[in-house]
Amino acid sequence: MALVEIENLSVEFPTQGGIMRAVDGVSLRLEEGEVLGVVGESGSGKSVTMLALMGLIPFPGRVRADKLSFNGRDLLTISDKDRRKLTGKDVAMIFQEPTTSLNPSFTVGFQLTETLRLHEGMDRKAAERRAVELLGQVGIPSPESRLSAYPHQLSGGMNQRVMIAMAIACNPKLLIADEPTTALDVTIQAQILDLLMTLQKERRMGLVMITHNMGVVADTAKRVMVMYAGQIMEERSADDLFASPQHPYTAALLAALPERSEGGRLATIPGVVPGLYDRPKGCLFSPRCAYATEHSRHVRPDLRPWAGGHIRCHYPLGDPNRNAEIQHDHPVGTEAAS
Amino acid sequence: MLRFILTRVSLIIPTFIGITLLTFFLIRLVPGDPIETMAGERGIDPARHELLRKEYGFDRPILVQYGIYIARVLQGDLSKSVITQAPVLDEFLALFPATIELAVCAILFALVIGLPAGILAAVRRNSIFDHGVMGISLAGYSMPIFWWGLILILLFSVQFDLTPVSGRIDVLYYIEPVTGFLLIDSLFFSEDEGAFRSALAHLILPTIVLGTVPLAVIARMTRSAMLEVLGEDYIRTAKAKGLSRFRIIALHALRNALIPVVTVIGLQVGVLFTGAILTETIFSWPGVGKWLIEAIFRRDYPVLQGGVLLLGIVVMTVNLLVDLAYGLINPRIRHTR
Repeated sequence: MALVEIENLSVEFPTQGGIMRAVDGVSLRLEEGEVLGVVGESGSGKSVTMLALMGLIPFPGRVRADKLSFNGRDLLTISDKDRRKLTGKDVAMIFQEPTTSLNPSFTVGFQLTETLRLHEGMDRKAAERRAVELLGQVGIPSPESRLSAYPHQLSGGMNQRVMIAMAIACNPKLLIADEPTTALDVTIQAQILDLLMTLQKERRMGLVMITHNMGVVADTAKRVMVMYAGQIMEERSADDLFASPQHPYTAALLAALPERSEGGRLATIPGVVPGLYDRPKGCLFSPRCAYATEHSRHVRPDLRPWAGGHIRCHYPLGDPNRNAEIQHDHPVGTEAAS
Repeated sequence: MLRFILTRVSLIIPTFIGITLLTFFLIRLVPGDPIETMAGERGIDPARHELLRKEYGFDRPILVQYGIYIARVLQGDLSKSVITQAPVLDEFLALFPATIELAVCAILFALVIGLPAGILAAVRRNSIFDHGVMGISLAGYSMPIFWWGLILILLFSVQFDLTPVSGRIDVLYYIEPVTGFLLIDSLFFSEDEGAFRSALAHLILPTIVLGTVPLAVIARMTRSAMLEVLGEDYIRTAKAKGLSRFRIIALHALRNALIPVVTVIGLQVGVLFTGAILTETIFSWPGVGKWLIEAIFRRDYPVLQGGVLLLGIVVMTVNLLVDLAYGLINPRIRHTR
């Protein structure tokens, strides 16, 4: 039994201009102890997918799915009360901005023991002892004295450690890390990633690493899911994905990495993620795709099995017939036309 | 902390000078003087008028009068009422408990209704309840106090005969002032069972009238502060911890939303005393507000100058206390020196 099973998940937000589809037909499986990287630009729906799993989609957002289950429990029909028993205990989440994600009016100790007292039924004394242990485990020096500190008295890195301590307090089966290092200094980023990976191995918990940084994925994930405009574009093992990306979007993301730049200017992807009004009829990436054709601009590709993973593309890069197919379909993209 | 208090206290000095200047010169701009008003419609013989003006010192150059007044104030002497000849401070202290009693009841009324209304409106934003609370509070905020007071009297006192029209207590009862607060005195120091009920009944309408504006301000402020806080990242964190909705709103959100609300409550204290002047006049409430209004009509210069100065000191002190309380609920301020 998989830890997480999501089938055909969509999340919509009604806006004044119409319905904004933030997540569009996402399916994924996560086994126990597995590390999944979810990559995509801002607005690609990667955070919203995970917020939907946590049940944290704010009003008036609508969540629809054929299946949404965690550890065998159906999250579509679960009562609010039962759901709250899961969230924060078996599924925990840490966020991008550690300093604003902690409540400024309460001490670190209060916020940390709150979870323990709620889910584990500990008394104040026991919870405080456990909180000190946890702060020690996440590498906070002199944890006893930190209990009475307020978030504004700690650095961003320390606050993220507190967030992690809070998240792992009840030994979750799944930890969702939503861009956990984006707001931190580069030196601290590596420390936090190391800490997360160490904790993941020690506790054998599932870990979903949401990021827009391919480097972070390369360091952490075994399997990668690339998202674009609310849809999964490509999904396969990290090693394969980095060695031979199949989707033009993945390839473009990788080419934009400074480490992969072959001298000269850093590669970029022209254009922006489509919004509410300019959502293409065909492939969502086609307006920015170098290999777009008349066909791909009008017919949206389905997610299909490909090369040990899944892909949503008419012309995967590894397909031997792709050049012929592109020529046949009237190329319009910059690369294909030349 | 000490430095904070000292800075705040040093700000009192210019405010203090401003109050003395304003009250001293503004009341003298009004035509007429205390002697003419005392004489009333019969008028007064010009020679006798001149004599009395000299006796009270009103014939001296105005700046000299101001100098004498300031010199006396600095020695703690607020001088005597021209009309009653009683020391201004004594009169103020005798009347002030009535005003405090009314003001405290009004602010409690405003808090007890305004806070929950604001919170609920924020939690159920754009609901009928939200629109209702905001509409009513806007109406309450815009309502002229004197008109609102008269309407309530007409409705509850005259039409339904539910509440007394004016005063602090029924004339049947005489309560020896111990604390000066009638509710306390009548409850603990009076044999008469009905005295407390009577005092309470007399408080209802003035409390509502005086509390309406602060109620509206507090409700609107609480709502907007709550709305802002509910969108913060740490509320999402609290949800991700699996906390109950009640705990998230009443503890995690409210604690942060209260910070701006407390500031507003402090500012409302000044508004409350302004409102008290009107409310006390409408309900013949024997407090400082009514006393000041009468002082204006009688051109009782010392009472007006002394009374406004004392009220000013009270307002400044309360605001200082509110700022100190602000540090208690906002740790980010507490730790900065």
